[in-house]
Amino acid sequence: MLRTKRFTPYLFVAPMWALLLFVFGYPIVQIFNFSTRRIRGATGPFIGLENYRQIFTDDIFILSVKHNAMLLLAVPILIVIALVIAVFLYERVTGWRFYRFLFFVPYVIAIPVIGHVFSNLLSLNGAVNELLRSIGLGVLALDWLGSEKVALWTLMGVIIWREAGFGIVLFLARLLSLNEELLDAGKIDGANWLQRLWYIIVPELMGVIEFYAVICVITMAAWVFGFVFVMTHGGPANATQVMELYIWKYAFRIQLPGIASAVAVILFLITLAAMVPLFYLRYKDEGTEASA
Amino acid sequence: MSMESSSARTEDQQWQDTGLRRDRTAFAKQIPLILLALAILFPGYFMLITPFKTQLDYSISKLGLPTQFYLGSFETALRGGRFFLWLVNSIIMAVGSVVVASVVSALGAFALARMSFRGRAAMLTLNAALMVLPPVVLIIPIFLLYARLKMTSTYSGVILVYAGLITPFAVYMLTNFFKSIPHEIIESALIDGASSVGILLRIILPLSAPALVTMIVVSALWVWNDLLIALVLLPDDKLRSLMVGITLFGGRYSNDVPVAIAGMLMASLPMFILYMVGQRYFAHGLTAGAIKG
Repeated sequence: MLRTKRFTPYLFVAPMWALLLFVFGYPIVQIFNFSTRRIRGATGPFIGLENYRQIFTDDIFILSVKHNAMLLLAVPILIVIALVIAVFLYERVTGWRFYRFLFFVPYVIAIPVIGHVFSNLLSLNGAVNELLRSIGLGVLALDWLGSEKVALWTLMGVIIWREAGFGIVLFLARLLSLNEELLDAGKIDGANWLQRLWYIIVPELMGVIEFYAVICVITMAAWVFGFVFVMTHGGPANATQVMELYIWKYAFRIQLPGIASAVAVILFLITLAAMVPLFYLRYKDEGTEASA
Repeated sequence: MSMESSSARTEDQQWQDTGLRRDRTAFAKQIPLILLALAILFPGYFMLITPFKTQLDYSISKLGLPTQFYLGSFETALRGGRFFLWLVNSIIMAVGSVVVASVVSALGAFALARMSFRGRAAMLTLNAALMVLPPVVLIIPIFLLYARLKMTSTYSGVILVYAGLITPFAVYMLTNFFKSIPHEIIESALIDGASSVGILLRIILPLSAPALVTMIVVSALWVWNDLLIALVLLPDDKLRSLMVGITLFGGRYSNDVPVAIAGMLMASLPMFILYMVGQRYFAHGLTAGAIKG
């Protein structure tokens, strides 16, 4: 540690905190404030918890919460896909360099592009259904984004398609720093592939798996706006309505920022709750770092 | 050694056996990999062939190859969308916000990594929490404030917001890297009488080039790919980012799929080429923050 005058460190962090207070601090305080007001223009009269009462009696809001919760099903799917693929790549299967390059490509393609391309691919007479019909699976040719029953699951599939690459690269990076002797010992003891995965790799990677799980939970709860906005706009008949789109609609279309702020507060609290395991991990880490 | 004489034949068989098993597991591993590869290549194939089809070609077959090599869709797309303007806007916003974020994060991370002071641990924790806070939570007050200050549809206003949103990640990454620089190097500079700022500028930053590059790539990618903030804070047609531009463009040409996809293809090329060139930085940068923890 550098020896400095007492106030020097604070001078160094001051610009950063000025910026963070403006972009994070001010808005977080204000959504709580706005959520208790009926806002017209810049501000409005205090109405207590009326905005919250309104959203909780709005079926569409309840539906959007339910949809975000259903999207959480993607979290375990993403973890399993990313882990298995990452382990294959780590084992240097034929073509692993090519796979590693390819699997990350969806992550560098912009979400609006992905949204438009998949909207066309998955339309009733789109390429996917054309393919299904041509191989005699015409019964599976659903109206992927136009049917209320499947639209949300289709959306989830597209999100998984894009987000899996990040998990693969993340797990692979952690695997490469793994002590190889552990796996060799497992092999010598006659553990098969699944046993090595479950008893050696998963425990060793627990930290980064938990990290990825938290990121995925937050993504599914509060970071799918781009997909929904481009592909379905919440439709058909609110079948893919999610909290973010609800906020956007109330804040910038219907122009009732008070209602939108109440939803933003709820989303903020959900994100905070999802972060708890992350900080628990961090805390544990700092503890071991200090004692080492 | 004595076992050698027992039977050369069984040993041979054993060898063949494991070899065969290895082949079989290698084959089994290829199946999910190939399936995933196809799932990624299929939309890629669609994106590459569709723009070269006429609308008639497309209506006859979505998957077949074009019957003629048609370039008209690109022409229409370039006339219908202001891709170059959007591209320039996105570059201005990405560069501007990354510059602002880099300066404040380098200063902040230097203090957090190398100086001891009250509140340091709390600052690190708070900063990590801000990293995963979704922007949709913050956008309403910023929009209302900007509307009152007449700052919507200004580069500076949006750059400030983007800079703030990418700063937590930048600070996190730089702090971790600054911590790993050996103290001896800094000590020798101290003996030469360098000031704190001097140490940051002349010793820490030059040594941190790899961390800075990955931080810049990841932050720029984040700004580049944002849709929500650009949509809300930049309603002016002339200031549209590439993401907002192509979103509206795709909507406008939803009845002329080859043109829409031609636009999507052109809009994706800059980032795709950057990824091809700097694959290492993308993957490394995006995972660097996480692996440490």
